[in-house]
Parts: sequence; structure tokens; C-alpha cells
Amino acid sequence: MPGLFIDVKVADAVAKDPELAKKLEEVCPVSIFRANDSGVEIVEENLDECVLCDLCIQAAPDGQVQVVKLYES
Amino acid sequence: MRFYEYESKALFARHRLPLGKGGVARSREEAASVAREIGGPVVLKSQVLSGGRMKAGAVKFADGPDECPALFDQILPIEVNGQKARSVLVEEKSPVAQEYFVSVTWDGRRKLPVLLFSDMGGIDIEEVAEKHPEHVSKTHFSSILPITPRIAKEAIAATGVSGGHLNKLTPIVFELMKIFLEYDLTLAEVNPLARLEDGRFIVLDGHVDMEAEARGRHKALLAELGVGEDETRQAREPTAFEIAGRKVNEVDHRGVAGNVVEFDGNLGLVIGAGGGSLTLFDAVRKHGGKPANYCEIGGNPSVTKACELTKLILSKPGVEKIAVMMNVVSNTRVDIVARGVVKGCLESGKDPKDVIAIFRIPGSWEDEGFKILEKYGVEYCDRSISMYEAAGKAVAKMGGATS
Ligand code: SF4
Repeated sequence: MPGLFIDVKVADAVAKDPELAKKLEEVCPVSIFRANDSGVEIVEENLDECVLCDLCIQAAPDGQVQVVKLYES
Repeated sequence: MRFYEYESKALFARHRLPLGKGGVARSREEAASVAREIGGPVVLKSQVLSGGRMKAGAVKFADGPDECPALFDQILPIEVNGQKARSVLVEEKSPVAQEYFVSVTWDGRRKLPVLLFSDMGGIDIEEVAEKHPEHVSKTHFSSILPITPRIAKEAIAATGVSGGHLNKLTPIVFELMKIFLEYDLTLAEVNPLARLEDGRFIVLDGHVDMEAEARGRHKALLAELGVGEDETRQAREPTAFEIAGRKVNEVDHRGVAGNVVEFDGNLGLVIGAGGGSLTLFDAVRKHGGKPANYCEIGGNPSVTKACELTKLILSKPGVEKIAVMMNVVSNTRVDIVARGVVKGCLESGKDPKDVIAIFRIPGSWEDEGFKILEKYGVEYCDRSISMYEAAGKAVAKMGGATS
């Protein structure tokens, strides 16, 4: 189920990068990223728990991870 | 956390308060055996965590041990205010010349312990205070500074007791004050404290409530009294709603959304933060509102936790709206709670703007939280509206005060 309040987007260019996947899994305090064989997976049921800490954004190359506040749109 | 009468008396015995002969019986045979040891007439009292035993027929008198097994069988199955008896206390029946009332409790307004004494014990103290105020004294004392027997003596003397009776009562009352302080009690009560026809003073009935948070400090005492670690000792068994509330809190370690207590009103409460729960609950009642529940949220609960608590409260029959109100928060995030309650409403099939009477949580991340509430059309307020005013707004949305 997608988030009601938050969406997280990982650009196709980096979504299959196993190193970045691992990093994202590690930094997110509420387990929104899961590293698997094909790269990074978004754990949808955790999306609304996002604490807007920006750690994922800092861990990824510029602009490759986006955290979207759906209530602002 | 309540103690049974026999446990209260075991605590009193530790401090040498005068008690009659007696013992706890868990079988009909034991009842007879305790009575035999006492010799003479006895009283059998159901051990429940509730008052009203006499009215319920759960206190009986026997002339000797032979009558005790049958009386035990009669008393044990009686439920007193929904409480089942754990055992039966068998005690000597003593000829009483006069009864007194002594209680030490906590005065939340004065933030001090208060000693209540009356020379008209054995009956409802509120009634005595109303009809014979000169027979009740109320004395506050410090929980920090040393206390002396003089405080007890003056409290007793204020009701007109003097001479030998005053001298004999003083050490008993003073000891009760010390017990109250030493064991972090919220209530230490002896009613009646009797003067027997032979001149002795004894504790006929006693009740003790310990602050639940103090359990850890008194493990040795609780173990000695046989109070199990899993025994909550509340005045009544938790309801299905309260058990469900406990589960909401337990399944997720993040923050607190618990201590749910069921009431029969129509306004669900999602309340908390720094004493906010009690204040807000009282404020709703003061405005004439009828809370459907009490609860405590804080410590930055997750969205899931706030959502599940909201769903639970909205699922309670009779709940028409919820009020989401907290004191100013620092570690709890306004936006996280806002997400949780809005989600809880939506997952319950309700429109947040219809069902949330008011959202009043000021503090960290409030701007972000308010954006969410605006998106869903929920009425909210910041810290410029007091908790009391916010409670008033919620009650007004319910149609105002209900009688
Ligand atoms: S902003 Fe923080 S909480 Fe949100 S997805 Fe990124 S790392 Fe996770």
C-alpha cells in the first residue's frame, strides 16, 4: 500500500546499485529501504513513518533520491 | 495498586500497629482452624479489592469454629462490585466501645500528604464531614521535612479527643503517616480504628494503595506479601477495550500510546504529554463533556501506533468524535501524531474533518503537522489556545455540556 502522506522515489539510474541499496537500508531509521538482489526496494507499508530526516537524500548522489510530502500537493 | 486487607494488615504488623488475632483462610478447613486458634467469636471477611463487602453479604460472624466452614462456602463465591474473593480473613470479633477513622492520602491540589481523622469512624467519612464537620480534622504535612508525633496529636485533638485516648491514639496515627511516606502510598487508611471495651485500641479494617510506579522500589515488601509481579491490582478487571489498548502500546516499541481506560461517554480522547492527559480529561469533564476513554500518548509514538489507537477509540460503541489534545510537546512530533490520527480516521472509514472535534498539539514540527490537518480540513489550534479552551471547543462540537 503506498503512503498516504509520504512517497519516496529512487531514480532508475541508481535503483539497481547494490552499494547504494545497502547504504539506504542502513541509514533510514524507519526501514523504508530494503536492499535485495535487484537493488533497492521501497517498503511501502513504512512510507508514512518517514521522519523527514533527509539521511537517504544525503546518502545518494545529488537528486537521485526524493522524499515527497504528498500533503503538500 | 491496591492491597488486600490481609496484606495491608501484614504491612501494619511490620510497624507494630495493634491488630486483632486472625489469619487468612483459603479453604473451609483453614477457616475453622484459624477460628479454633483464636478461640471465641470470629468475623469472616471476604478478601476483595473493593469496598461494599458488608452490603454484599461478604462479611459474616460466627460464634466459633464449627460455623466457619459453611460461612466460608457462603462468602467465597460472592462477587463484590465485580470482584471475586481471593480468600477469607478470619479474625477475632471484639466488643467495640468507639470507632475512629484515620486516613492518609495525597492532596493533589496542595501537593502534600493530608491526614484525615475523625472520632466518628466506621461510617461514610463524607457523610460525617457534611453532617458533623467538627468531628473531622484535615491536616497537611510535608513529605520532605521530618514529621513528628505532634502533628498526629493535634489532628486527633482537633476533633475533641483528649486525655488517655489522645495519648493512645497518637502513636498509631503517627505510625500510619510514616507508613504512608515510607512505602510511596497513595492511601493508608484505617477505618475503623476501634477502642475496645477493655480499653485496647486495634485496627479493625485497613486499606493501602501503593503508587504503581513505586513497585520497583518496594520489591522486597511486595515479595514478602506475596504480590505477584504481573498483578496489576486495579480496582476492577481491565475491559476488552483496555486490553486492546494495552496491545496497541505493546506491539510497537516506539513512544507510548497506552494506559487506556474505558468510560461511557461519546467523546474519544487521544491525549497526553507532561501531565496533559489528566488535565485534559478533567477539562473535558469540567466543560460538561463525556469522555469515552482516558489514555496517555507521548514519547513520540509512531504513525502506526497513533493510527491504531485512533482506530481503537473510534471503534468503541457510542464514540461520535475524538479530541486530539496534548500539552506542548518537545520530543513527540506533531506531524507524526497528525499523520497517525488522520490515517486512523480514514482507515475507520470516517472523514477526519467530521470526526476530529479538535486537534491541539503545539510543539515540535507543528508547522508540518498543521499542513497535514489543513489538507484534510481538520480544525486545529496552537499554543495560543490553552488546553482548557481546546477541551471547551471539543465539548462545544459535541453539542455542549451533557448532564
Ligand atoms: S527522509 Fe529519513 S526517514 Fe524518510 S525515507 Fe529518507 S532516511 Fe528514511
